[in-house]
Amino acid sequence: MNGTIPAPTIEYAQLAPMLVVFGAAIVGVLVEAFAPRYLRSAIHVPITLLSLAGAFALTIWQVVKGVPTKPAAMGAVAVDGPSLFIWGTILVLAFVSVMLINDEGHFVAAAAAVPGSAEEEQALHEGAGHTEVYPLALFAVGGMLLFPAANDLLVMFVALEVMSLPLYLLCGLARRRRLLSQEAAVKYFLLGAFSSAFFLYGTALLYGYAGSIDLAKISTSLSVIGGQETLLYIGVAMLGVGLLFKIGAAPFQAWKPDVYQGAPTPVTALMASGTLVAAFGALLRVFWVALGGLDWDWSPVLWAVAILTMIVGAILAITQTDIKRMLAYSSIAHGGFLLVGVVATGAAAGQNSKALSAILFYLVAYGFTTVGAFAVVTMVRDAGGEAWHLSRWAGLGKRSPLLAGIFAFFLLAFAGIPLTSGFFGKYAVFQAAVSGGALPLVIVGVVASAVAAFFYVRVIVLMFFSDPSADGPSVVLPSRGTAAVVGVAVLATVFLGVYPQPVLHLAQNAAQSLFIR
Amino acid sequence: MPWLSILMGVSVLGALGVTLVRNDKLAKQFTLGVSLIVLALAVAMAVQFSPNGDKFQFTEKYDWIPDFGVHYAVGVDGIALVLILLSVVLVPIVVLASWHDAEAGKRSVRTYFSLMLVLEAMMIGVFAATDVFLFYVFFEAMLIPMYFMIGSYGGAQRSYAAVKFLLYSLFGGLLMLVAVIALYSIAGKNTFMFPDLVGTIQDVTTQKWLFLGFFIAFAIKAPLWPFHTWLPDAAAQAPAGAAVLLVGVLDKVGTYGMLRFCLELFPDASKYFTPLVITLSVIGIVYGAIVAIGQTDMKRLIAYTSVSHFGFIALGVFAMTTNAGAGATLYMVNHGFSTGALFLIAGFLIQRRGSQFIADYGGVQKVAPVLAGTFLVAGLSSLSLPGLSTFVSEFMVLVGTYQKYLVPAVIATTGVILAAIYILWMYQRTMNGPTAESVKHLPDLNAREKWVVAPLVALLLVFGFYPKPLLDVIHPAVKNTLSSVPATDPAPAVQVAEEAK
Repeated sequence: MNGTIPAPTIEYAQLAPMLVVFGAAIVGVLVEAFAPRYLRSAIHVPITLLSLAGAFALTIWQVVKGVPTKPAAMGAVAVDGPSLFIWGTILVLAFVSVMLINDEGHFVAAAAAVPGSAEEEQALHEGAGHTEVYPLALFAVGGMLLFPAANDLLVMFVALEVMSLPLYLLCGLARRRRLLSQEAAVKYFLLGAFSSAFFLYGTALLYGYAGSIDLAKISTSLSVIGGQETLLYIGVAMLGVGLLFKIGAAPFQAWKPDVYQGAPTPVTALMASGTLVAAFGALLRVFWVALGGLDWDWSPVLWAVAILTMIVGAILAITQTDIKRMLAYSSIAHGGFLLVGVVATGAAAGQNSKALSAILFYLVAYGFTTVGAFAVVTMVRDAGGEAWHLSRWAGLGKRSPLLAGIFAFFLLAFAGIPLTSGFFGKYAVFQAAVSGGALPLVIVGVVASAVAAFFYVRVIVLMFFSDPSADGPSVVLPSRGTAAVVGVAVLATVFLGVYPQPVLHLAQNAAQSLFIR
Repeated sequence: MPWLSILMGVSVLGALGVTLVRNDKLAKQFTLGVSLIVLALAVAMAVQFSPNGDKFQFTEKYDWIPDFGVHYAVGVDGIALVLILLSVVLVPIVVLASWHDAEAGKRSVRTYFSLMLVLEAMMIGVFAATDVFLFYVFFEAMLIPMYFMIGSYGGAQRSYAAVKFLLYSLFGGLLMLVAVIALYSIAGKNTFMFPDLVGTIQDVTTQKWLFLGFFIAFAIKAPLWPFHTWLPDAAAQAPAGAAVLLVGVLDKVGTYGMLRFCLELFPDASKYFTPLVITLSVIGIVYGAIVAIGQTDMKRLIAYTSVSHFGFIALGVFAMTTNAGAGATLYMVNHGFSTGALFLIAGFLIQRRGSQFIADYGGVQKVAPVLAGTFLVAGLSSLSLPGLSTFVSEFMVLVGTYQKYLVPAVIATTGVILAAIYILWMYQRTMNGPTAESVKHLPDLNAREKWVVAPLVALLLVFGFYPKPLLDVIHPAVKNTLSSVPATDPAPAVQVAEEAK
């Protein structure tokens, strides 16, 4: 017995969705290395889409087979109800975003070449393109899957990095407005690295406090270990900074507009939907599984953060003139609304599952609408690429009523008008918060919603009530992928707005089992 | 038969159908046809209504979102029924009146008429909803078609007016959302069904807060002074047809909500806030009338008269006597017809001359006698001339208020005098006197326009002399509502029997 190391047991079946995604990403790297340039894209697209679909099928299979009740891989990964729901959401959203990526013309031909230089000319001439985006996206998605499911802080950190590093790269690959894109990548990388360091430091301090990085063990040590509260509080604060950064909660929101603006729009769509979902999953898991017993301490802080986030997001969005920056601030505001739901967890178990299911539903609703909105943004172009300035959108309603109508519909969903998915998302979160005793927070949320409605409505005014300028942008005929994305997003927004019951029920079932400890 | 769902379904299908028709003229005829079918169906439903039967009739109830306790539940009592009838009567009239409105702005005609039918479905839904959540959904969702009707098809300031309208209403709606959520949580019944929620909130302080959440939303919608400032802009910039639906029906949702939800769900709070609401109403009556006198723009003038009239309606609702309540409900219907007629005829006039300003007119009566004559009738109905239906309702409101609140009733009565000033003075400046050069060749109403005006004038006259059919339906419903508050009529100070001695 002595001297032998017991082999770790790994539940491969439970981890299968992640393994498929990571496996496909590695295959993608090999394709990049060995396949001829002209074939790469043709190979990548099916691999990426199939692996995401396969992972989704495996997730469903997992649910059908019965949700596991114990953490997998020696307690490192928790595949529980919320995880599976989040996985399903992320995989569908990633699938949709990849269909956007598939539309050529968003990515630079040779990132290293100076715009307008001979090298660039040559790269364009040869039809070069950064087909690495596919494996990179897959790695990011793999990280997104692991992030909310990680059951110890170190695995969570690894997931955070696996998710973030490819995204830093992807941000810098925009074809138009190249400098902005590269600036975005650098900013995102620097700030992201900072926040990762915070997260890691927090992990170390918590390890110093609890003697374990396992979330469940940290939770049990809360009531046992005394006299080292300094380590605990500083650790929790640092961990919180790292997680809130990824969500883009104020006061850690500054990167979001820059990055959303600079990144190629399909990548923005992936970040705005997938990353947000994953980050909320991780935030909930850390604060509920590990620090649930400490909610008297962190809940007031989250109150403040939620209020600040809603207000900052809603108010700063008003002054934006760039459509993508506006959507970024809108995403910050929505992060604030979701934080209201996070605050609403905490008390009794019934309340917890209620708040959790509300958040899960909100994430699905918001994710689809966001991807759809960014898909529309990719289609409205002028000579310099996407028509980013809001004034260029004037009169779009006359030029192409269908597209403008769809975008207006997404905006109304963001604003939370009834009969769109956004309304029920908001309603679910607010209702959970009211029954959780956070009425003041809901009132702030409602006021922020009213402010936010103003800038959504402003875009509608521009599109429909202003006259088009003579040299206004044109709407490109969407590729099949983009058209499908917009179609799916519209259907999801309508369906969830008119008949949310099935998805609500699913979210409730997922939340019923709560996060396993 | 699921009458109410059929009414809504026909309107929605009609709205979809209109977008599919390729020809503008055909689209208009199609819209008119659909709205007439809805009217016919609604009348067929109304004749089966038994005033002394169950409180809510033609009820339907299906689970919509069981996890939230939300139902698709509709049904009407007398109050809702007459308001639905008002809506479905006004829509075909407005369709006919708006025949050429949408073309002026070179915007899609089909979209305009499609929006109108969508709005019709929502107007029916909002009055028919017996589930508080469903009511809220319609309450908010109906802003969107109206927003596009004002913003896309309105006058020069249309986008400002549309945004102001939407944001005011949305803000009120969001406050109400908080109250709706809190109502659900505090009642703890896991249902939004209105009949189940009545009487669940006992604590008076809670009632007060929830009342405010609902009331402010309704007061913005109605609009009550001092929440009225969006209305003149919206009504003046909206195309005449949309203005009729906005002032005639959409705003009634506010006063309807006060009567239905504020009074029944929060009776103690309603009584507590009665002095405040009555004060606001009386201020609104006088203020609206005085400001109306000073207007130079016809549509703004009519909008301000409505602020004054909504003061009367709110006064009647919160006086909490049978007479005042029934009068207020009748007022909602009559005001729809009378203001509808005013807006539409003013719209015809404005379309001919291309100006909304009173100063640009003069002596129109000599060149267009029918237009002027009908305008006068509509105006007289606005100032509640006896013999026209509005007189009946205004009189009932004043009598009912007088029973309980002497001073407010007396002050409100001055609104009647002020009404004579603003209406007759406007008529005098536009229709009488020497004919202005610019209106010399103004054509009189054509056949289509006469068909628009005729039913409205007929309704005003018929219900002026014989309001019984409406009152028979309204009275039991109002009594029922007030009995659940409970509010009783004060006993007459002088007994009839004693007088006989």
